[in-house]
Amino acid sequence: MASESELKAGVEDGVRRRDFINIAAVSFAGVGAGAVVLPLINQMNPSADVLALSSTEIDISQIQTGQAIKTTWRKQPVFIRNLTSAEIDEANKVPLSDLRQPQTLAERTKPGKENWLVTLGVCTHLGCVPLGAAEGENRGDFGGYFCPCHGSHYDTAARIRKGPAPTNLVVPPYEFSSDTVVMIG
Amino acid sequence: MSFPWANQYQPKHPVMKWVDDRLPLPRFVYNAVGAGYPVPRNLNYFWNFGVLAGAALAIQIVTGIVLAMHYAANAGVAFNSVEHIMRDVNAGWFIRYAHMNGASMFFIVVYLHIFRGLYYGSYKAPREMVWLLGVVIFLLMMATAFMGYVLPWGQMSFWGAQVITGFFSAIPGVGEPMRQWLLGGFAPDNAALNRFFSLHYLLPFVILGVVILHIWALHIPGSSNPTGIEVKDEQDTVPFHPYYTAKDGVGLGVFLMIFAVLTFFTPNLLGHADNYIQANPLSTPAHIVPEWYFWPFYAILRAFTFNFLWIDAKLWGVIAMFAAIALLFFLPWLDGSPVKSSTYRPLNKIFFWILLFDIGLLGVCGMMPAEQPWVIFSQIGAIYYFAHFLIILPIISRIERPLPMPGSITEAVLAKHADKSSATA
Repeated sequence: MASESELKAGVEDGVRRRDFINIAAVSFAGVGAGAVVLPLINQMNPSADVLALSSTEIDISQIQTGQAIKTTWRKQPVFIRNLTSAEIDEANKVPLSDLRQPQTLAERTKPGKENWLVTLGVCTHLGCVPLGAAEGENRGDFGGYFCPCHGSHYDTAARIRKGPAPTNLVVPPYEFSSDTVVMIG
Repeated sequence: MSFPWANQYQPKHPVMKWVDDRLPLPRFVYNAVGAGYPVPRNLNYFWNFGVLAGAALAIQIVTGIVLAMHYAANAGVAFNSVEHIMRDVNAGWFIRYAHMNGASMFFIVVYLHIFRGLYYGSYKAPREMVWLLGVVIFLLMMATAFMGYVLPWGQMSFWGAQVITGFFSAIPGVGEPMRQWLLGGFAPDNAALNRFFSLHYLLPFVILGVVILHIWALHIPGSSNPTGIEVKDEQDTVPFHPYYTAKDGVGLGVFLMIFAVLTFFTPNLLGHADNYIQANPLSTPAHIVPEWYFWPFYAILRAFTFNFLWIDAKLWGVIAMFAAIALLFFLPWLDGSPVKSSTYRPLNKIFFWILLFDIGLLGVCGMMPAEQPWVIFSQIGAIYYFAHFLIILPIISRIERPLPMPGSITEAVLAKHADKSSATA
């Protein structure tokens, strides 16, 4: 133990030189620990090969009016639907105030291509694949998609109308590379 | 362990004495589950379930380690490797069926263990820490069971993983990145399967660690008993061994018989046929159902079908489901009655059985599709569940008038004995 006078010599305003050493050492060790923990946490994020799948080209020339196909993007199902004019009218007739997440059909499609509805086939509730893309499947009370897991109903613009899902089916980023090819991602 | 009259370990063999002097492990075991642990003399068969849960954990660890020798955690071959275990590996079918049904047996005995605790007030002072650690074990068991169910990579595995990790996407803002971090992708795939396997192998050993703490915390005040009266002196207790090792042995025999019937005669009774179809990310099964032990919580999750205040239905469901378990952490303080055992709590006894019925109702709702009348039943059931713990229990525990209690455990035992002999006379 240092004598009282020695202790006093190091004290200025109640702060000892040793406090600085303690704080500096612990901070340095803390930064080091953080630098090591970060990669251990980050390794769980999607890896480069998973991310590499993030754009897909799809030929839509074979999809007749009123039909839909199921394809995949980033290992998730995607629905591409060629809407009939009746379905477009029905979607446009709905007042926005009736919608849980107000969006017009035009906002969910590309200009001049309003018959092409491209959405993820992932229910926004808990991620099931809704029915309605294949011929003869239950399309729900609003003629779009119906999720069998917890009973979410989507309309012809794939907007949520009834059931527990919080939002409309997600429209992924996509563009038309040509009139018959869609590039998703 | 803390009782002054506990038997002291006296090594008879010189080798054991030599070991005990250097590493008192034999002494530790003797004091924990041997003749050195004095236990109330009046425990009934509901006190078997702790030991049975320990046995179930041991069975799961042993069968699991063996299965891991044949299983391949890769989305391309996982499903086929499970079929390989079922068809080609020597006795593989037996080991896998034992592991599958062992999980159900584990949950059955743990639920009975929890209900025992609720009825007899085992969560009360001075055993709150025992209860809190028990709830931690329960949460770890749920996580382990969920990840184990994903490993066969069948349809229920895949869609279970999709739905459960979907809970996290309900959290505003950070939810979706968090889900991608958990899955290592945008949907369950190889990355998710691999990490679930890694964690499914790790967590049982974490459970084992918390079980040791659970028993340690129990042995500070010693075991509770059906009267809820604390041990007063030596005549209230008997040594754990041979009295309760024998009694637990009887229970273990019954447990193993039921386990054997399940494993050998109806191995798929508690499973779902859909899980024998390989995972298909493009097709959801018509009806996604979790394993039976999650049904009540699944029903609470689905009970919210409407937005309420500024929070949407999906997030409410997730909050309610987690709250249903988190609530148990507060139970020792929500129950204000100084009397532990429901034997002497006429009001609590009634509401205990109503709660049990309510949990059963929620279980049925969780099994059924999300259609009427099950939606409304699960809403009523969920409201009652929360009302029980947050309103009914705090009130009745403070207003109820307990029945007259015997002065000690011994007095209760002798009174019971006197009743019996007078009835037979």
